[in-house]
Amino acid sequence: MISAENLPILVIIIPLISAIITPLVGRIHRSIGWLVALLATSLSFAYSLALIRSVMENGPISYWLGGWEPPWGIEYVVTPFNGFVLCVVSFITIVITLYARKSIEQDVSESKIPFFYSLYLLFFTGLMGIVITGDIFNLYVFIEISALSGYALVAMGRERDALIASYNYLILGTIGASFIVLGIGYLYMVTGTLNMADLSARLPELYDSTTVRSAFAFFMVGLSLKLALFPFHIWLPNVYTHSPSTVSALMAATSTKVSAYVLLRLMFTVYRPEFVLTVVPVTKILLILAALAIIIGSVIALAQTNIKRMLAYSSVGQIGYIILGASIANQTSMTGSLMHIFNHALMKGSLFMVVGAMVYRTGIVNIEDMRGMGKKMPFAMAAFTIGALSMIGFPFTVGFVSKWYLAVGALKADMWYFIPIILLSSLLTAVYFWRIVEAIYFREKSEKLAGLPSEPAEAPFGMTATTLFLSLLCIVFGIAAFIPTKVAAAAAKLLLGG
Amino acid sequence: MKEHIVIRTVSRLLIPFIQLFALYVIAHGDISPGGGFQGGVIIGASVILYVISFGMEDGRRRVSESISDFMNSAGVFLFAGIGVLCILAGGAYLEYTAFAGKAAHGEHAEHALHLASHLGIYGIEIGVGITVAAVMMTIFFETARHEDD
Repeated sequence: MISAENLPILVIIIPLISAIITPLVGRIHRSIGWLVALLATSLSFAYSLALIRSVMENGPISYWLGGWEPPWGIEYVVTPFNGFVLCVVSFITIVITLYARKSIEQDVSESKIPFFYSLYLLFFTGLMGIVITGDIFNLYVFIEISALSGYALVAMGRERDALIASYNYLILGTIGASFIVLGIGYLYMVTGTLNMADLSARLPELYDSTTVRSAFAFFMVGLSLKLALFPFHIWLPNVYTHSPSTVSALMAATSTKVSAYVLLRLMFTVYRPEFVLTVVPVTKILLILAALAIIIGSVIALAQTNIKRMLAYSSVGQIGYIILGASIANQTSMTGSLMHIFNHALMKGSLFMVVGAMVYRTGIVNIEDMRGMGKKMPFAMAAFTIGALSMIGFPFTVGFVSKWYLAVGALKADMWYFIPIILLSSLLTAVYFWRIVEAIYFREKSEKLAGLPSEPAEAPFGMTATTLFLSLLCIVFGIAAFIPTKVAAAAAKLLLGG
Repeated sequence: MKEHIVIRTVSRLLIPFIQLFALYVIAHGDISPGGGFQGGVIIGASVILYVISFGMEDGRRRVSESISDFMNSAGVFLFAGIGVLCILAGGAYLEYTAFAGKAAHGEHAEHALHLASHLGIYGIEIGVGITVAAVMMTIFFETARHEDD
């Protein structure tokens, strides 16, 4: 029967098979699609937890597909690093699935709902596959699975602009993917292997080869596009603004995080830390880009009038934090960077979910119209406030924990000049979030809101409860930070070759 | 092209042979050039030829939307399902030799392992063929459809 050794493949294969059968069972009854999605993501999460527990106790797991021994066969590897990301991605996806049911009934036309869940599960399969695989070409295949289903998910938005956003995303995403596959091709050309562990053993003696270096350049550019690292971020604001609320929340919380994971995985485990730090000092370039992303993302967010777009630009800044910690590349900053992958998923996920709930009930997306919203949707706005505090980096929230690690990491590396940048960006974040918090609690109702019935009206229970749950986790893990920190520290140590 | 008697007769004559050839390509995919993808494309092409010479409505009568949707999923399901069967039989995912079971240690071990992996590959080639054929048809029907219906 199905035994524990098969867990790594089950994490992938369960959502994949569910994605295939969803359009078929969706014909029987519309809501079955959602049930299948919930079941598949929950099973994936349970298996991911089992995997990370086993990895923390007994060391890395390697799974050979089809029983073929690596480097010939495809290998799935679970280490503390990717086990952590697996758990984060599957956990956030369950919460968003619970949230999705009502939201999607409004956002997507009825006949398309089974297909929506099919794409949703495929997207999830792709993300989990990217994280778990130990084979670089398999990685590319999963990147394409998640990207292609992502384009279709974005295009499902009701507005016409969703199609344009999706098309731009398609073009830029495909360019990014082409660069990645070129890089893979170059590496295969000089080493003759596609297995990541094998590559990492063979590459050091070839570090002087131009082929290996150009492959690295291709990876960096391709992944920066996928990651929406400044200045490659232009596709992201439109995608987050025009896609269905559920998709914005899902993408903001998971897909850019997974791309960040791929970047770290390639930089530190396929190439070695000494390559990115000394042979081709790409971390210096990344540090500058990350600092620019942090500042410029926050400044542009300040100028936005549409709340979804503001959150999107704020994401551009937060991606900067993740890359900043990774490029400083010491134990503390790397822990901070990994923590921020988890923490930002919580914060941005819950913020986009609040916006989705608000759109569901009132149709308001302009910040101007949000005045007086605190009386209309008290629970959702409480969640928004917690999310906002966490984004600012208020103590006892998750945002504080990761910024603290990043700042201490920067100090330890004698890069004190990043501390003012972190502070300045926190200040800007405080400005653009606080003007909203002030508007929703302390201002008279906007005309648009005054036109609606005055009694409090929350979004359906499933949406409000999941949103509050995620935002409460922002506080829980802000206080009990030692749980994710332990895993993140182990992962950081692994990445830095310690 | 409904009025072109030559085109209609020729395609009516050719389509069965095209499809037979497609099955040949799929069936021999595991030991010779070809396989599920190529065979599936040929099946899809035969349906497209039919639609070109007999029209959309006639084509959709032969292959309705629900059938092609079902085939889209069924092929991948077959592929993934065989992988899961391998796990159930005690091997890794897609480790076909697991199908040999106890025979893998008997006196005809080599033969049994060979047969098991042949059967496994056969199964997934058929799965690939079904899905590729269905996707070819779906893409063609979707792009050929008029905007107004």
